Amino acid sequence: MAQDIFDLVILGAGPAGITAAVYAARKGLKFRMVTLDIGGQAGWSGDIENYTGYQFLTGPELVAKFQEHMDHFGIDVSMPEKVVGFKKEQKLIKITTDKDEYLAKTVIIATGKRSRKLGLDNEDQLRNRGVTYCATCDGPLFKGKVVAVIGGGNSALDAALQLVGICPKVYLINISDKLTGDKVMIDKLEKAANVEIINQAKVSKIYADNFVNAIEIITSQGSSKILLSGIFVEIGLVPNSEFASIVNKNSQQEIIIDQENKTNVKGIFAAGDVTNVIEKQIIIACGEGSKAALSAFRYLSTNNF
Amino acid sequence: MDVVKVYSTPTCPYCIQAKDYLKKKNISFEDIDVTKDESKAQEMINLTGQMGVPVIVVNDEVIIGFDRNRLSELFD
Repeated sequence: MAQDIFDLVILGAGPAGITAAVYAARKGLKFRMVTLDIGGQAGWSGDIENYTGYQFLTGPELVAKFQEHMDHFGIDVSMPEKVVGFKKEQKLIKITTDKDEYLAKTVIIATGKRSRKLGLDNEDQLRNRGVTYCATCDGPLFKGKVVAVIGGGNSALDAALQLVGICPKVYLINISDKLTGDKVMIDKLEKAANVEIINQAKVSKIYADNFVNAIEIITSQGSSKILLSGIFVEIGLVPNSEFASIVNKNSQQEIIIDQENKTNVKGIFAAGDVTNVIEKQIIIACGEGSKAALSAFRYLSTNNF
Repeated sequence: MDVVKVYSTPTCPYCIQAKDYLKKKNISFEDIDVTKDESKAQEMINLTGQMGVPVIVVNDEVIIGFDRNRLSELFD
């Protein structure tokens, strides 16, 4: 059976991917969206006060508006669907997922970033069994329990501040010699009676039966064990770019693009936080998504397939 | 008629999306806020062996997370 050939396949449905889809729909392209989730990091954002046109709205509210915009154009999204293979075959790009296989004339990679893991053996097994990467999502389930936040930047401080109000004790375990987040948040945490900040400490082990029950940390004084029920990992982000081995990336594994969102491979474009674009902001990701869609459209109209 | 339950927290974005999705499909469901009722949180943990939300129960089937493709198989 002859396989359908898409004008465009968009990977990811965060701000960049969704905006690209809106542009693709308006251009009448035959396209498909493949994603693990809708909204990406924007969905986890708390208060957004710098998205033009809205003085204030929350991440989930913005994502609901993005969803409405997609619905308006009848854009269908396959979710969850994970890319497992990605290669160029002559002029076309072949994308293999855990559900299907697609041939496309152009691809926009807008897969964003995900939370960095600690890198411990049983971490994946214990995800949602005490290990979590989203305080906003899962924080309320740890009400009344002792928890630790791992990290020292703004997202770690934000997570800790969300937890101080509901948990009897919050450990903040930070690998550097001091916290690096905003002073306002550090001040608030230092004032909270139930927060213990441990600097220059590394988590070396997670203990669990079925659920997490303790961690081991290593400091200059040696190792010690902390009994707790939850670990909130907030140690930064990594780009979802592993599958795209045929495109050039920088040292942080971000996909390198030019000002037209082109990668080094013809027909493959990229947009948003998965790229080396200078700033990572929702509104910038949206702008990049629209640029990538317009570039892909230009490429489609100037090439024969 | 399908019996549908959604275990969720008010702040989890995928819970909000999952409930919006069901509402759009006109599927009525019992909305269980596990942050308000610890026994319901425990019920969800016993049912799934994990703490991630949302958990969507459709009759006898337990779906962990907002698996839109599975929901559309069930309801479309």
